[in-house]
Amino acid sequence: MPRYFTDEHEWIDVEDDIATVGITEYAQGQLGDIVFVELPLVGALIEQGKDAAVVESVKAASDVYAPITGEITEVNPALEEDPALVNSSPEDDGWFFKMTIADEGELDALMDEDGYKAFVAEL
Amino acid sequence: MTDHDTDEHLEDLPLNALPHEAWHLARGARMVPFAGYNMPIQYEGIVAEHTWTRENAGLFDVSHMGQLLLSGPDLDAAVEAVLPIDLSTLKLGQQRYSLLLDENGGVLDDLMVSRWPDALYLVVNGATKWDDLGTLREALPDDITLNYLDDRALLALQGPKAADALARHVTGHYPLSALTFMRFGQFTIAGHDVTIARAGYTGEDGFEISLPADAAAEIADLLCAEPEVKPIGLGARDSLRLEAGLPLYGHDMSLETSPIEAGLIFGINKRRRTEGGFPGADRIIREINEGTARKWVGLKLDGRLPAREGAEVFSGSDHIGTVTSGGFSPTLGAPIAMAYVASADAAIGTALEVEVRGKRLAATVSPTPFVPHRYFRGS
Repeated sequence: MPRYFTDEHEWIDVEDDIATVGITEYAQGQLGDIVFVELPLVGALIEQGKDAAVVESVKAASDVYAPITGEITEVNPALEEDPALVNSSPEDDGWFFKMTIADEGELDALMDEDGYKAFVAEL
Repeated sequence: MTDHDTDEHLEDLPLNALPHEAWHLARGARMVPFAGYNMPIQYEGIVAEHTWTRENAGLFDVSHMGQLLLSGPDLDAAVEAVLPIDLSTLKLGQQRYSLLLDENGGVLDDLMVSRWPDALYLVVNGATKWDDLGTLREALPDDITLNYLDDRALLALQGPKAADALARHVTGHYPLSALTFMRFGQFTIAGHDVTIARAGYTGEDGFEISLPADAAAEIADLLCAEPEVKPIGLGARDSLRLEAGLPLYGHDMSLETSPIEAGLIFGINKRRRTEGGFPGADRIIREINEGTARKWVGLKLDGRLPAREGAEVFSGSDHIGTVTSGGFSPTLGAPIAMAYVASADAAIGTALEVEVRGKRLAATVSPTPFVPHRYFRGS
């Protein structure tokens, strides 16, 4: 299962025609203790680069953008009860939402794991 | 991701280094620009640092704050013309909260005033210290000397175990335990002359240590070597003061608010409330007698979503106020906020709503502090 990364520190797993989206280990470290995650509505159509979720840390609110264009098919119900999952398991149990992939071409412009590692190393 | 709170214009300004910036970096601090300084926002994480301070002791570098020394003939009368303080009741070794007001009664800064032998020592906010120096210089007679103690650093050690940790390093004419809340004295730490005030900005027992800047790293190391002490960043300083119900200048009060609206009447000492004779006295005395249209209140929010500065407050469909500080309380596990609301809606227990990203969150006007103060007032 290929995993893609954005320069906004999101990861995208693609399985069949559905993408699972979360934020990276680097991102959770930058945000600090997460106390609330506002997730999109299932069924929402979101364009690449538009606001999809909001992460509230103790310190501040941060937007999470849709890494690709698509329709939200599912959101992670565990984050409502335990938003700190994003800190403890950002790239696994702390996933944010699943969405359809309207344009596979958008995936081609994203980074792979090595590319993202190199990108973070430059920050 | 985009941080809503990033203050982009600040990034263009040259930043001053704290006296021991390298000390913070060596301890893994993440630094951010604040008040013209590169400041440590966090070390291991805001919640961990916050909880550590509530349970043990946290060391804060607050050297960005301005330490001023005033001296000269008829000092008390000169300062009373500028600040709404009653200096006749401020004895040697005592510290008191005061306010620097403009002619309209707006708040230019809040500050601490301490009586030193033949001098008054002031601690003012870092972001306002240069303006304060100008205001004070202009308002005070020429024969009053105003020294900015830029060779001093300021460390705050806060928390229930602060006294134990600090006492191991302090010598003086009397023991550290003789200091009660809002008192200060001269002591020695590792051979350096320091001034220690029993005060702080967390609601916990604690101390503010004024010391030579070139000794700051050495003394910070000494204190952090104690098992009770960890360095704490600005992030936890903000969440701690929010829980303690302590206002932050530039957010919870400003030139646009009067101290009476802000609930800071204790900053206008009793004699001055009738005598006046300080900047803005007409408005302040009128507001004391007649009340204000809006009031500063604490809010507890239902759910987990915090309301931040700028969120609008509603009573039914009426827009009745604005949040000035807000966040998630690690101690309570719930969002809390400070707001200005219409005085009719300011009573404890009033049910209000706060709007965050188009959603109305239920909120209740709550007593402050949100987390009880634990100051040391004597055993």
